[in-house]
Amino acid sequence: MFEIVARQEMAQGTIISNWVKAPKIAKKAKPGQFVILRANEKGERIPLTMADTDPEKGLINIIYMVVGKSTALFKTLKVGDSYLDVIGPLGQPTHLEKVGKVVCVGGGTGIAVLYPITRGLKQMGNYVYSVIGARSKDLLILEDEMKAASDELFICTDDGTYGHKGFVTDVLKKVLTEHQDIGLAVCIGPVPMMKFCSLMTKEFGVKTLVSLNPIMVDGTGMCGCCRVQVGGKMQFACVDGPEFDGHETDFEELTLRLRSYLPEEKASYDLFQKEHAPGCSCQK
Amino acid sequence: MTEEKAAPKKEKIPRQKMPEQLPEVRRKNFEEVPFGYTPELAQKEAERCIQCKDPRCVPGCPVEIDIPGFIRLIKEGDFEGSIRLLWEKNALPAVCGRVCPQEVQCEGLCIIGKKDEPVAIGNLERFAADHQRLHGRDILPPKADPTGKKVAVVGSGPSGLTVAGDLILKGHDVTIFEALHAPGGVLVYGIPEFRLPKEIVFSECNYLEKLGVKIECSQVIGRSDTVDELLEHFDAVYLGVGAGLPVFLKVPGEHYIGVYSANEYLTRSNLMKAYDFPNYDTPLVRGKNVATFGGGNVAMDSARTALRMGADHSYIIYRRSHAELPARTAEIHHAEEEGVEFLFLTNPLRFLGNDDGFLTGVECLRMELGEPDSSGRRRPVPVPGSEFVVDIDTAIISIGSGANPLLTQSTPGLALNKWGYIVADPKTGKTMKPRVWAGGDIVTGAATVILAMGAGRLASNSIHDFLTYGW
Ligand SMILES: Cc1cc2nc3c(=O)[nH]c(=O)nc-3n(C[C@H](O)[C@H](O)[C@H](O)COP(=O)(O)OP(=O)(O)OC[C@H]3O[C@@H](n4cnc5c(N)ncnc54)[C@H](O)[C@@H]3O)c2cc1C
Ligand SMILES: Cc1cc2nc3c(=O)[nH]c(=O)nc-3n(C[C@H](O)[C@H](O)[C@H](O)COP(=O)(O)OP(=O)(O)OC[C@H]3O[C@@H](n4cnc5c(N)ncnc54)[C@H](O)[C@@H]3O)c2cc1C
Ligand code: SF4
Ligand code: SF4
Ligand code: FES
Repeated sequence: MFEIVARQEMAQGTIISNWVKAPKIAKKAKPGQFVILRANEKGERIPLTMADTDPEKGLINIIYMVVGKSTALFKTLKVGDSYLDVIGPLGQPTHLEKVGKVVCVGGGTGIAVLYPITRGLKQMGNYVYSVIGARSKDLLILEDEMKAASDELFICTDDGTYGHKGFVTDVLKKVLTEHQDIGLAVCIGPVPMMKFCSLMTKEFGVKTLVSLNPIMVDGTGMCGCCRVQVGGKMQFACVDGPEFDGHETDFEELTLRLRSYLPEEKASYDLFQKEHAPGCSCQK
Repeated sequence: MTEEKAAPKKEKIPRQKMPEQLPEVRRKNFEEVPFGYTPELAQKEAERCIQCKDPRCVPGCPVEIDIPGFIRLIKEGDFEGSIRLLWEKNALPAVCGRVCPQEVQCEGLCIIGKKDEPVAIGNLERFAADHQRLHGRDILPPKADPTGKKVAVVGSGPSGLTVAGDLILKGHDVTIFEALHAPGGVLVYGIPEFRLPKEIVFSECNYLEKLGVKIECSQVIGRSDTVDELLEHFDAVYLGVGAGLPVFLKVPGEHYIGVYSANEYLTRSNLMKAYDFPNYDTPLVRGKNVATFGGGNVAMDSARTALRMGADHSYIIYRRSHAELPARTAEIHHAEEEGVEFLFLTNPLRFLGNDDGFLTGVECLRMELGEPDSSGRRRPVPVPGSEFVVDIDTAIISIGSGANPLLTQSTPGLALNKWGYIVADPKTGKTMKPRVWAGGDIVTGAATVILAMGAGRLASNSIHDFLTYGW
């Protein structure tokens, strides 16, 4: 059993942070890797990236957005409760190297995935520009952490309640134009955001990493559920990724495949909400 | 043959059929198809064995069970004696009785089969094991004194379970590491409930735990720990990680929603219990028109699962003809009875889908049988201009599996063959890496439960020798 030792609600309760006791995983995990969690015997296996780890205390940090039944179920877990399974670390660690100047772009919960990578890049001695965005000010997460992990931090909100009004791509364009010597871009967030960031960096000829989030089952390369097309080749995101070259990724296919179970997911979530109706703040 | 002469002229007992659920009923539920023998039926069937002095059936069994011996004990009503005898050679008789391809192994060679139907060796083995599990007393075999040696077994499929069971009895300290959240390998994630109830697999794993084997699930070796790290804490390591890599058709359109590898389809329905969605959280597309590509046991399991998930049509699309189907005869027969529709001599060209990304059909080409190929089977050759479309909303690709590189890539010093399988001595299971053994599907490629167990047995003997004598 994997106990939750600290819990925090972010972005008005739409995003939850858990510190979970998993000493073995905490010791091994590297930036970019993820875990698969199951809340209980009937639960789905849900992949979440480790936003941080504390190897001394044996803790890992996951930060997730409540989007459906399983994440809503996770949200009901309190400090002292446990996940039944936490499996990992899975996936390839980010290849961190010194390239000089880099730009890290994060949107929504993608910022949680981006944060350890940004910190890693900075520790390698890179000069880090970061651009993070959310729909509005209340939904922005990890601003302080990202500030500490970057040399320059830019913020955008879709509604202009904080920082630049508009999309992260606007600011990305500005950064890329002003600093032609940027050698690497890391863009993590919703699929459309990653797609448009990649299109933009391609114009500037800047190598780009994205972190793909296809639906997964086992996370060990056994089922093929997480297959994505990268450079015209079938890749399994759970073992070959989750990070891939943004210029080679087929985002359309990923978008379609993420919709595989929309009716089932809705039915499952509705049922869950009915069962957990009173006093639950997670309804959209 | 002396046995044939010895066969008495007394009244001939026909092979006793195992009672089973009717096809119309079972195609809608996930309960096991055959109910099993009653003690009366088992004893009657046991009488059919003429107790050959030089039994032909035994060499047909990869682990050389004393077949006449265990059958005689059933005939005499000594069911406990019978299971004890089976256990000497086979740690999972309830499983093998159900899933062995008996027609090409033990039963295929049974002398009675020359003129009549062979003795139902598999059914009898299953009976002895089920009777013990349901009605027998708890019997634990004697265990040797602790040796202080530690063995790590990676993978909890039939080969890993065999190694663990053998070595714990020899006094070694055994820990199994399993990547998934439940032990059993293909027996839990692949083979469906209606063919092998999971309760049986769990009871076998419980039995090992009672003997002292530690089973650590959710440990992906290569990620959680590497083999080299295991070698720091264990005296020997056995790799029984199976052939868990899905193979796709490599035709256009495999990304459409509704196209599954058999591994995914079966894992969702078995391990994750998607058939009980939304009571269980994992979903599965419930196709109305489902096509399974392939002709082996995995294909039969997929097509029959699809029926139980509510399909109106469940097709098996196979390149060759009925005669070449590699699945067990019993599975083909059950599939036919349940209404699986076979499209033989048919090869998929590409999948078709709509704008939302959902699968709508598969374009196929008819084949005809040409000259025999290297496997001796007649090679299917395409009939030009014979393209046609089958309307489907779900496709299950079941054309085999490959070696999953996750563990082997992270283990320097292992020799691999050109397909990525681990090279191991067929007599001992020793790999090129010191203190590391391997066996089962990760060495042979996808094979059978009993062969994986046989490989486990050879390796456990070799590991024991190494731990005891140093070689
Ligand atoms: C490698 C990886 C790392 C991830 N890291 C994070 C993270 O750090 N924070 C975070 O908020 N989310 C992360 N995700 C996405 C997260 O796994 C999904 O949001 C979650 O599974 C949704 O489950 P649900 O039951 O709550 O919602 P559902 O109702 O099941 O689904 C809502 C939507 O989430 C997506 N989804 C559903 N099931 C899965 C699945 N098994 N895997 C991936 N996506 C799925 C689909 O697009 C679906 O439409 C990650 C995904 C992957 C593959
Ligand atoms: C659907 C289906 C139906 C079948 N039907 C039959 C049948 O009727 N009769 C028959 O004889 N055979 C059948 N087979 C074949 C048979 O099941 C296999 O040959 C047999 O299970 C192989 O055993 P194994 O121990 O080598 O590996 P597996 O049973 O594959 O077990 C390997 C285990 O290792 C685990 N593992 C993998 N990688 C790692 C890692 N890195 N770290 C930790 N654990 C890991 C896996 O999760 C798995 O649990 C069938 C197979 C399938 C898929
Ligand atoms: S283990 Fe398999 S091959 Fe051997 S006797 Fe039993 S059913 Fe036959
Ligand atoms: S099972 Fe068949 S071959 Fe084996 S001993 Fe009995 S009669 Fe002879
Ligand atoms: S999740 Fe099954 S192969 Fe990646």
